[in-house]
Amino acid sequence: MANSDDIVDLIAGLALFADLSRPELEASAHTFDEEWFAQDQRILRQGFGGSNFYVILDGEAAVRINGEQLATLGRGDFFGEVSVLLGEVPTADVVALRPLRCLVLSGSEVQEFLTATPRVMFRMLQAEARRLRNTLQWRS
Amino acid sequence: MAELGDRPHPPGDYQVVVVGSGPGGLQTSYFLHRRGINHALISADSAPAGMFQKFPFFQRLISWTKPYAPAERGTRAYERYDWNSMIGEEPEHRTLLPALMDGTSYFPSRDEMERGIALFVERTGLQVRYECRWESTRQDDNGFVLSTTDGEYRCRAAIFAMGMTRAWKPDIPGLELVPHYVETRSPKEYTNKKIVIIGKRNSGFEIADGLLPWARQILLVSPRPARISVVTRSLAGARARYLQPYEDYVLAGGTFVLDAALDHVERNDAGYRVFASGTTHPGDIVLDADEVIAATGFSTPLLDLPDLGVATFYSGRLPAQTPFWESASLPGIYFAGSVSQGSIGLKKYGKTGNSAAVHGFRYNAGVLANHLAQDRFGMTLKKRSLRPEEVVPYLLEEATTAPELYNQPSYLARVLSFNDDIIDEGILPLAHFVDSSGPDAVAITVETDDQSDTHPAVYVRRGARVDEHLLAGDQMLDFRTEEHKNQLAAVLQDVLT
Repeated sequence: MANSDDIVDLIAGLALFADLSRPELEASAHTFDEEWFAQDQRILRQGFGGSNFYVILDGEAAVRINGEQLATLGRGDFFGEVSVLLGEVPTADVVALRPLRCLVLSGSEVQEFLTATPRVMFRMLQAEARRLRNTLQWRS
Repeated sequence: MAELGDRPHPPGDYQVVVVGSGPGGLQTSYFLHRRGINHALISADSAPAGMFQKFPFFQRLISWTKPYAPAERGTRAYERYDWNSMIGEEPEHRTLLPALMDGTSYFPSRDEMERGIALFVERTGLQVRYECRWESTRQDDNGFVLSTTDGEYRCRAAIFAMGMTRAWKPDIPGLELVPHYVETRSPKEYTNKKIVIIGKRNSGFEIADGLLPWARQILLVSPRPARISVVTRSLAGARARYLQPYEDYVLAGGTFVLDAALDHVERNDAGYRVFASGTTHPGDIVLDADEVIAATGFSTPLLDLPDLGVATFYSGRLPAQTPFWESASLPGIYFAGSVSQGSIGLKKYGKTGNSAAVHGFRYNAGVLANHLAQDRFGMTLKKRSLRPEEVVPYLLEEATTAPELYNQPSYLARVLSFNDDIIDEGILPLAHFVDSSGPDAVAITVETDDQSDTHPAVYVRRGARVDEHLLAGDQMLDFRTEEHKNQLAAVLQDVLT
């Protein structure tokens, strides 16, 4: 449903979409839906199947496992990809800390989108590598 | 002309004011009336169902009503197969559309739909103040004040059911020169013309389908590939009955369905020149056309509500809502009818329920009325209790036959609570159930996953925790089997003992 010029401009400024041409940005904006979440609203639910992939356009969210907050996410961050890629239920809740505006793509459409836009897939891999590095540094 | 006093619902103080006399506003007013909530129903139109006097452009709806179905006409179970009738709690209130349809199609015509809604108003005795246009809104100490052409209405809660009725175009240079879908002319006027249709959703395909016998060539253009309902297994996609232009395209019949981002549109003596960039297949595209139609969708005429604090999304076209269809940012402002699609729900497998359509939002209306009665106005609703041995068969019967669960899958749920007694809490939004605390309880709904398996989904709340349990699917969608009874009994073992 997200099909406005302002969405195109917004995602053009996000690292995930930074390498896309204008037509590719337009196609991406039309591929994702847009959602708005109130403060304290759950977006991703721990243990619930059928979850989706989200990219934060504006706002802040918390990652919580069994109620314990582990991380916060902000503009340009994405979440939900692990459960979508592995076909497993999410292992954490993601909860809006203040009003949150996101792009959302249904789990079943993620593979097609990423293979059609390999530059987004590469950016996603980079982000995942950073997360893995940070986790390993934290453990060592 | 009638004096103000001759008409129902004059300006004044009400618990609730409902704006809109389409199926959403009427169905909401009906349930508010049944719950005894004092309200006014106002409408800028001069008669019910104003939208169906104009749209869909090519006469027939895209929602079906099956005159003959696996369930007996007029029963609750029949509603699953009848997407267009207004629902009622008494048999004499229901307006069953098959009685008004001429048998040539199971998609009602606009006229049949309009007559059905008018009959619902007649049978239920609903009072509507027509030709009373809502013009502005403000807050006061007691709630809201709606200024209208007839005067001021004061209320504690306002429900807006005005529909997504305002023509909307994206901000693309030259698109202001292009007629919108709502300005489509008589098909004869497109005889032997080359037509570019911007948009590949239902309105785009509807126009293309209707103009196939008249146009020399049709080209549908939008950035992403067309989504088709039989592929998405949801209403998110062009409906099958409009897909003739798509088949024409894939069989090289002369129609084209292009994935391209529009850059700008120019008007010239011959018609239009459309400039675009290919997305699936990159490259510049220039299309000369006799006619261009912008099938780019609709927005909600929210007037000053965003200034008052109503948050919107989807380019400002929809208000963001809670699971009970209340503005997510301005308490006391609610939405009904097709605008209630702004309450997304769990969106499992990317599916959002069917609140954009009559067969979805007619149930939202009843749930909203119950919510207002209990939680805003402190009323006590009569609820039935169940014996423990009744729980499993009852929930599986609901999963097999309840129209609310099939027409709003994974969005509405049947809920039972377990205190001293087992209480049927009725139909509730699933998103509310899974994210709220309360007594031990169970919710059941049906869902279709990304492998196309339809099955009951059960959510069990114990303390602050809600767990999801998916029961087995069944090809014939009958979940009353021994296997399902055993599965559900195991899931509910802790709350039932």
